[in-house]
Amino acid sequence: MSMKPSFTRDIAHLPTHAFSHRALTWWGLLGFMIIEGVAFAMAIAAYFFLMSHEQEWAPRPTLPPDLLAGTLFTIVILLSEIPNAMIKKATESYDVEGVRKLLPWMVGIGVLLFVIRAFEFNSLNVLWYENAYGSIIWALLFLHTAHLATDWGDTVVLWRLMKTPHGHEPRRLVDTDENALYWRFVWLSWLPIYALIYWVPRFFR
Amino acid sequence: MMRRIWVFAASCALSACSGVQNAAAGEGAESARFVDLFTFFLVICAIMYLLVMTALVVAVWRRRRAPLTVEDRSHHQTSALVTPALIAWIALVVVGLTALTVASFFTDRSNAADARKAAMTVKVTANQWWWDVEYSSSDPSKTLRTANEIHLPVGIAVRVLLRSNDVIHSFWVPSLAGKQDLIPGRTTDVQLLPRKIGLYRGQCAEFCGVQHTQMALDITVESKADFQGWYAAQLKPAQAPATPLELAGYRYVTTRECSSCHNISGTPAGGQVAPDLTHFASRRSIAAGTLPMAKGNLYGWIADPQSQKPGSHMPTVGLAPNELHAVVAYLERLK
Amino acid sequence: MMSASEKAKAPPTNVPRDGPKLTGARLDQMLTATWRTPPGFVGWLASVDHKEIGRRYIVTALVFLALAGALAIAIRLQLSRPDNDLIGAARYNEIFTMHGTTMMFLFAVPVMQGVQIYLTPLMIGTRAMAFPRLNAFSYWTYLAGGSLLWVAFVLNIGPDVGWFAYPPLSGPQYGIGKRADIWAQMVTFTEIAALAAAVSLVATILKQRAPGMTLARMPLFAWATLVTSLMVIFSMPSVALASGMLLSDRLVGTHFFNPVERGDALLWQHLFWFFGHPEVYIIFLPATGFISEIVATFSRRSIVLYPLVVLALVATGILAFGLWVHHMFTTGLPRVGYSFYTAASIAVSVPTGIQIFCWIATMWEGRPQLKVPMLYVIGFFFTFVIGGLTGVMIAAVPLDLQLHDTYFIVAHFHYVLIGGAVFPLLGAITYWFPKVTGRMMSEALGKVAFWMIFLGFQLAFFPMHIAGINGMPRRVYTYPAGLGLELPNLLSSIGSLVVATAVLLFIVNMVKSLLAGKAAGADPWNAPTLEWATHSPPKAYNFPHIPVVDSRTPMWDAGETLGVVHGLRVEDRELLLTSVVAAEPDVREPSGMPTVWPFITTIAVTVMFVCSIFSPWAVVFGAVPATIALIAWFWPKAPLPEPEPTIS
Repeated sequence: MSMKPSFTRDIAHLPTHAFSHRALTWWGLLGFMIIEGVAFAMAIAAYFFLMSHEQEWAPRPTLPPDLLAGTLFTIVILLSEIPNAMIKKATESYDVEGVRKLLPWMVGIGVLLFVIRAFEFNSLNVLWYENAYGSIIWALLFLHTAHLATDWGDTVVLWRLMKTPHGHEPRRLVDTDENALYWRFVWLSWLPIYALIYWVPRFFR
Repeated sequence: MMRRIWVFAASCALSACSGVQNAAAGEGAESARFVDLFTFFLVICAIMYLLVMTALVVAVWRRRRAPLTVEDRSHHQTSALVTPALIAWIALVVVGLTALTVASFFTDRSNAADARKAAMTVKVTANQWWWDVEYSSSDPSKTLRTANEIHLPVGIAVRVLLRSNDVIHSFWVPSLAGKQDLIPGRTTDVQLLPRKIGLYRGQCAEFCGVQHTQMALDITVESKADFQGWYAAQLKPAQAPATPLELAGYRYVTTRECSSCHNISGTPAGGQVAPDLTHFASRRSIAAGTLPMAKGNLYGWIADPQSQKPGSHMPTVGLAPNELHAVVAYLERLK
Repeated sequence: MMSASEKAKAPPTNVPRDGPKLTGARLDQMLTATWRTPPGFVGWLASVDHKEIGRRYIVTALVFLALAGALAIAIRLQLSRPDNDLIGAARYNEIFTMHGTTMMFLFAVPVMQGVQIYLTPLMIGTRAMAFPRLNAFSYWTYLAGGSLLWVAFVLNIGPDVGWFAYPPLSGPQYGIGKRADIWAQMVTFTEIAALAAAVSLVATILKQRAPGMTLARMPLFAWATLVTSLMVIFSMPSVALASGMLLSDRLVGTHFFNPVERGDALLWQHLFWFFGHPEVYIIFLPATGFISEIVATFSRRSIVLYPLVVLALVATGILAFGLWVHHMFTTGLPRVGYSFYTAASIAVSVPTGIQIFCWIATMWEGRPQLKVPMLYVIGFFFTFVIGGLTGVMIAAVPLDLQLHDTYFIVAHFHYVLIGGAVFPLLGAITYWFPKVTGRMMSEALGKVAFWMIFLGFQLAFFPMHIAGINGMPRRVYTYPAGLGLELPNLLSSIGSLVVATAVLLFIVNMVKSLLAGKAAGADPWNAPTLEWATHSPPKAYNFPHIPVVDSRTPMWDAGETLGVVHGLRVEDRELLLTSVVAAEPDVREPSGMPTVWPFITTIAVTVMFVCSIFSPWAVVFGAVPATIALIAWFWPKAPLPEPEPTIS
């Protein structure tokens, strides 16, 4: 540049990683959570819009979904927050071994959740092409499954990555911490969807 | 009234127009209110526009030639005028916009009040690319079905119920009223209160497929007596063929392709998916405003509808010349 | 297990860092070696440089502008006479659909994002965007979506249902073939691209501003970028969901929009316009950012009442989400609800009115110089305000019921889009051309092009107001004689030819100036913002040292020297993160290196999306290569001998 620089502070000592809102990737993650949150919100709005046309919801003769698989899923995913919170604590205290031990649990829980989710799809008592009610509850469940799948994939990659020497790099701990944050979003966003798929159709018959 | 004439004249000043399909014509209660409200908005908006442009031109012009001196670094000092000017500007904008909003609200209320005055109901069902029109009555023998045209008695409020059999269309007769969409799965409605006898034209105003452009309607506003005369004539079954040529045409129409889609009351032709043809020859146009009703156009349409309105659902069947003459002759009989 | 303090221990001292001991030509040499994109075709594919990506976005968007403009000329030629038969009905419907779709999805938003991607790091004093590889992916995905649409059009399977594709016309029963699927999937591509760019822009603006550049000192263009990027994040998921639902109705038999099976055609309209209305402000607000920067520079005054302009930007961004039903006034929804949307739609003009006041006040307080960028600003005022006022008109339900879906609306939105976005864009291109290319555009040719496009635009679009009032609906391939439509249409067609010629002239000016324009220095306009402190064109690393600012107009307030911080690594890509509000230096952040994985990911995603037009299984199978590409993208390379991290 044409102007001469006038040197003020030396910033060489600043750290090269940080957790939470001090990290750049945290803001990226927040952006993606808002995007997916808005997509869910619009799908939920569509659900209520379609429901407002009906006298009964689920519209007869369709039965509401069976409660077992969905409730089991909800219990398991809520319990998964225990190892998840432990991972978060481990990353923030730079406990690489702790993280290495806990990540396989999250991978395993994810597999269990997929199995339960398959049963959920099977027990909705309606197919996506039967009517708009069927279409919207399949859409909600499908969106959440995609959500679950991407975070589980991310967890698997991190599980392998943390086992390598890269696991000791502080920035990889930040990645793991952020993945745990995203997992919270996965189960938090499940709660309203669970209510809309399994409970609301029982209250409006 | 003068304002309406002025706006209409201004909008037509650019080219010859007949006012048959013109929002500035204001020949119905709702369209007249449109003209008044539009004029009010136009005046206020024009004043605001002139104010802003004047301020801009003065701002640019006043110190354009003054040289920029090196010492002139007062790039963030603001004169004391700015804050009072801002407050005045915001106040002006808010007052102006409030006036416009209130005027809009009152006009809307007046339009809604018309709905309560409706003395007659007409049902319009839109199809790709024609209008099915039904004047229903509690007495089934007084229910009238026609297509692509509406007759209205002057000075009477009419409620038009709007439905669609396929995609979204929009019913728009600008000289009389604003538009409403026809949405499959819903019933909407519009109020027409024509104030002047005359011939008007409406057009579909929501893109509905390949022949959206040629989906128009003929509206006839007439005296109450004329309307009742028309109504009574429409209730009669189709006129019987009077000449051998017309008879040949009758035979073709009622036994061949035509009858599978079209209905002609009093004949075996009972198709329900195309315009009703019982009094076809009494209409002003063919194929929803595609062609004016005339012998030559009838020939053109019947011989090859796909060349006149490509993509429409009436197939080109390839009539032999004698069949064509016969069919046209019979259709002309259907007054 | 290492403690946090051990982790943040003093950095190795034998690593070259910028500072008093390493500056000038030697620093330039080392930083260039670190930050440049590798040469060759693979290097070009692998670029993550925001300046290169920004330029690609802009050039690609201008190509789409030209293509859509050519379609517009075809439309105007067909409509120049009543009952014309130059273009048949089916082809015409494809043409106007492609014109609108290309302009809205492939030109207007991408060009604004392209300029934002180019300028933002330069304006806020950093070396790169927050997520350089995501940025690259965003460009390739945009290019893929645009190519899908235009290849389909050339192959005669392009969409023909209008740029907002209402079902049931676009649904499985009436939307025959794959045309509407191609439209819907193109939307998916461009939404992903725009969302990725928006996330990157928000993170960049919040975390990478130069030390001392508090939010209250940020350039107004950066504020406009922040607000629009947040609007993108909150609005685009709605249209992505809607287009997904449409594809689903068409491909796997769902009934979201099918009234026969308890769905609703209006669901589409709500979901689409919830995005569609903010979309037009996403296009307009960056243009207001252009106006603020140009007015300040050419009036020699910082924008009057800066905090009010910021508030106006934020207020417009928020209010824009509460207006969408004004696109649905003719659908028979309850009248009481409509009144709210009338009031909101009228109210949204107040913040814009405040911005207009501030701009005019700035010119009043300053010394306006009428160079070409300022001419476009004046053209913007004359034109956009008309569009804004017709917008106030159609916000009123009784007026909209006549004017909706007529040429009056076509006039309105072209006045606000061309007057409110394209004119500022042309001014912005003229203004920043010297920075991007190192050369000035021709002032004389620029003036001719401006007057032609300004006057030609009025001739082309003003008569459309008349045509609409005289009863001409939208999207018609012809009109009958005798309705008073002949003269307005003829004038519009003549005007469109003038506009086309003017645009060509503008492009000729760009090309000529690129090849042989007058050399521009770093700061030919004597402007206040940080991008003018860099070379023209800027070096790969933007700034040799990260600058420090203490005002809104750093270049005007710096004397002979510019304050800087020092200590960033020179042989690895490193930039500085600062705190969100006060911009205090906080973290040294490694920046992504060039890599082809974003490009390969786009290929994988493209195959997945294109195949899913034909079979839903493509989503499942196509996810596999996409996942592999993503893993390769994010997997870190072997750590360096130095314990400090890089992203490679």
